[in-house]
Amino acid sequence: MRDHFIKRLHELAARDPRIVLITGDLGFGVFNKFREERGHQFINAGVSEQHMTMLATGMAMEGRVTFTYSIGNFPTLRCLEMIRNDAAYHDANVKVVCIGGGFSYGALGISHHATEDLAIMRSLPEVTVVSPCGLWETMEATEAIVNTLGTCYLRLDKSVGDDAPRDGEKFELGRLRTLRQGDVTVVVTGGILCEVQKAAEELSAEGIELKIVSCHTLKPFDADGLIECSAGARAVVTVEEHTVCGGLGSVVAETFMDRAVVPEKFLRVGLEAGFSSIVGSQEYLRTRYNLDAPAIASRIRNLLAGQ
Amino acid sequence: MNTVELAKRVRINALNMTSRGGSSHVGAAFSIADILAVLYGKSLNVRPDEPRWEGRDRFILSKGHAGAAVYATLAECGFFPVEKLKTHYQDGSDLSGHVSHKGVPGVELSTGSLGHGLGVGVGMAHALKMAGGAQRVFALLSDGECDEGSNWEAILFAQHHKLDNLVAIIDYNKIQSLAPVSETIALEPFVDKWRAFNWAVREVDGHDHEALTNVFSDLPETAGQPTVVIAHTTKGKGVSFMENTVLWHYRCAKGEEFDAALKELEAL
Repeated sequence: MRDHFIKRLHELAARDPRIVLITGDLGFGVFNKFREERGHQFINAGVSEQHMTMLATGMAMEGRVTFTYSIGNFPTLRCLEMIRNDAAYHDANVKVVCIGGGFSYGALGISHHATEDLAIMRSLPEVTVVSPCGLWETMEATEAIVNTLGTCYLRLDKSVGDDAPRDGEKFELGRLRTLRQGDVTVVVTGGILCEVQKAAEELSAEGIELKIVSCHTLKPFDADGLIECSAGARAVVTVEEHTVCGGLGSVVAETFMDRAVVPEKFLRVGLEAGFSSIVGSQEYLRTRYNLDAPAIASRIRNLLAGQ
Repeated sequence: MNTVELAKRVRINALNMTSRGGSSHVGAAFSIADILAVLYGKSLNVRPDEPRWEGRDRFILSKGHAGAAVYATLAECGFFPVEKLKTHYQDGSDLSGHVSHKGVPGVELSTGSLGHGLGVGVGMAHALKMAGGAQRVFALLSDGECDEGSNWEAILFAQHHKLDNLVAIIDYNKIQSLAPVSETIALEPFVDKWRAFNWAVREVDGHDHEALTNVFSDLPETAGQPTVVIAHTTKGKGVSFMENTVLWHYRCAKGEEFDAALKELEAL
């Protein structure tokens, strides 16, 4: 996702001089071309996420569209108050980009596990929260947030699902996308779509068909789209590489309650309580925490069986 | 109105506002009244009837708790009616205890959590410089606020990028929230710290209007360097029993105290 984000941002920056990319001293080798060709639209703020965010806000208040870039929790939790008080409260065009959602940097330890960011960012007023599931959504979302007034959060993942658009499909922030048809609705956010897609293949062989719905925008959330895509479903399942507290599973559950809709069966797949002191690759940690394709398939099987 | 008269009105307004609302920080407001009066009365290039005019100098109150003084200054300078000050700290008002921009013409940045104003000011200064503008950015900080590490991130960035259109003003009254600065987290040698961070430094009596005018009319101190104006001030300046006390960081004047304070301010 990272390289596709940079590629699209580079194209956008070439025709929109308002765009400025600010890194918190991370992205070795990633920005070479951008720097070479758009050096005047690139700033390394140094190892200072608080300042990176304040700088981005001040520049946005003077008419720029600023992207802050770092990994894991650094561009969000480290400077949360700057995002809240400075960027969001002032409706500043600051686009916060996290490279490494979930366990993307799993082997580096809990400092680098971005597993509460969606819940925290979603709770901030006036902040748009975007978590693409694949490469197409990553590129389209990059452009869409440039054109969205105010502060946005873009969470990028190391892994990707197959989010190929239908013929002529136009990307729209805040709209769910149905990627596969079936009678068990699975709403997913982030690159963990790839695990859901593998689970769908496994279950299909057993006659269980998943309707896979990409939720690339957690806020604003597509409440109407959720009700529509879950109507008549045997079960509704949410999948996210994130705590089950406050993220996708929560927004879906809240929406059902707000609309007085009770799904036949409901399951939130995500991280349960506790930090992960165990490290490993993203794939390893997904297996470890029951987020990989076999675990997702098994949990859906059990859900349908009433276990 | 001359700046001395403006400062007097700012103090009287701030006293009325904090007493009416029962809010804290009157001492912090008095500490910066003269700096604000000189800035808005003489030095800043601003248009009260066109608060978002692009060519304006930007002023940020980073020590947002002294917001009453900024509201009073803006009102007295014609950014909005003085009458509105009566709503300060009241139910339903947009004049919050800590300075807020929403619904208040002339306020550039809402603050209240310390350590934000300078960094955002750096962003403004950087963008203005990139665009080739002549506007200057002033950020007024408290001394205690310099404990916040985020300021030092901004200080490093500003000197690296040679932001000589940026001016930090420190309200150095030497008293912070609970005790004197020297007994809390000592800042001295303060001037040396800024110099070591490659900023140009001016020291000034923060209540001497002529001296403040001279400093603000002669910026940047050094081309290619941001400037810090360390303004030596007295917390609670203007009311004898409020001066140099921690108590008046929090207390608001009521009854006889209010009458006595008003009498002293009117005699200024």
